[in-house]
Amino acid sequence: MTDQLASSLSAHDMASRNLQLTSDGQLRHFITLDGLDRAMLTDILDTADSFIEVGERTIKKVPLLRGRTVVNLFFESSTRTRSTFELAAKRLSADVLNLDINTSATSKGESLSDTLLNLEAMASDMFVVRHSQSGAPHFIAESVTPGVAIINAGDGRHAHPTQAMLDMLTIRQNKQRFEGLRVAIVGDILHSRVARSQVRALQTLGAEEVRLIAPGTLLPADVDSLGCTVEYDMRKGMADLDVVIMLRLQKERMEGALLPSEREFYRLYGLDTEKLALAKPGCIVMHPGPINRGVEIESAVADGPQSVILNQVTNGIAIRMAVMSMAMSGQVAERASRSRQQEGE
Amino acid sequence: MTDLPAVPALLDTLEQGLRRYLEERSIQHPLLVGIRTGGVWVASELHRRLGLDEPWGELDISFYRDDFSRIGLNPRVTPSHLPFETEGRDLVLVDDVIMSGRTIRAAMNELFDYGRPSSVSLVALLDMRGRELPIQPDVCGQQLTLPPTQRVKLVGPDPLTVEIREVKA
Repeated sequence: MTDQLASSLSAHDMASRNLQLTSDGQLRHFITLDGLDRAMLTDILDTADSFIEVGERTIKKVPLLRGRTVVNLFFESSTRTRSTFELAAKRLSADVLNLDINTSATSKGESLSDTLLNLEAMASDMFVVRHSQSGAPHFIAESVTPGVAIINAGDGRHAHPTQAMLDMLTIRQNKQRFEGLRVAIVGDILHSRVARSQVRALQTLGAEEVRLIAPGTLLPADVDSLGCTVEYDMRKGMADLDVVIMLRLQKERMEGALLPSEREFYRLYGLDTEKLALAKPGCIVMHPGPINRGVEIESAVADGPQSVILNQVTNGIAIRMAVMSMAMSGQVAERASRSRQQEGE
Repeated sequence: MTDLPAVPALLDTLEQGLRRYLEERSIQHPLLVGIRTGGVWVASELHRRLGLDEPWGELDISFYRDDFSRIGLNPRVTPSHLPFETEGRDLVLVDDVIMSGRTIRAAMNELFDYGRPSSVSLVALLDMRGRELPIQPDVCGQQLTLPPTQRVKLVGPDPLTVEIREVKA
């Protein structure tokens, strides 16, 4: 299974388009932004706006998923993402089960199937899946019992759609609209599932320009097919920017001969006060976290007035509440439609 | 065919009834909370007529409906907006039409997530009867009895009118 997953991602993307929507176009899984149109992404952002308001109340909880069970199925550890999914599910009144499953490289496919069989027996309503293997959430969505929703919490280098959508929510809060916006994504594009999802979201929502700023060694081979502009010189690339999104540099990349040194990377591609001054005055600074201060971003910038990094974290809970409730809603509607059909037969 | 009431006349009745009710209960500083969409129109009109200083609130009860398991989420949910503290205050919940009472139950559940009000009263422009829960308005513009296949709907906001719509039995 593992090899198939790795080699047929584009096929997965195609299939996911149908897989994650009900026959009348409602969300029922949330696996990739591919195949979701502008209206759907806008619905997700609008619903998240309502959940932001819920987060400001004395009691930050609504009864939407009361009595339902959400399983956080993390094959790859991630404290922050898992915590925000857990909090989101709890604020929707769901029961939450956290399973951290570390798999060895050779047994991934097998253990995924085995784990699924076990979870089927627990009558779960939703799996939030994070996996180092691209395509794993799609594989699970194909195999689960009808009525169970799958949410992708990051798979391999493929996608991290809730991160991208919380970034879109943050941009919309600060810039109100996407039309006319010039947005740069800076750093390790090659290994970043976040960047792939961000590019797709920004293009779908109508941003004027998505600019990738990175050294050639950290850009994917198919970069020309992404529909972005590419800039190798960050100082040039900062011109006219409304939004700059910094990516985390994974330190292990330093050892892989893709980069000369941390210091060199920071000098060329780190966001410091001087480089930020080259963007538009109101340019906002984003980062999916966790931040490597002094590697990809200067502390004064990360903590400065143009930074919206902590807003991203708050928005992450609202976006996850939106996606979870919409996917569950789609499953509910589909189940109702199935039983109407059965009654009609 | 039932004669449809004129909304200005209904609002007159509602205003008089609410003034009397608040006086009887010695409520001097009520906070109006309208349920979207029609209830907000009625609440804003009552707010103007009563000359209240504090703003009115708006509730979207989509996250509190009891039929999520049957029909899912309202696709056009908008944020609720209560621009005041509710703790210890006298709230007046306002809706355009009360029928089963389920909307009001959902609204009360939502209200209590903002704090513990001193009291909650209920105002409805029209009472369709057909209650499925033990919830009654304290002040009502008019009771209306329609055939099972018909529902009344407030259309607005300018002007506010009521319409009869056919539904599947």
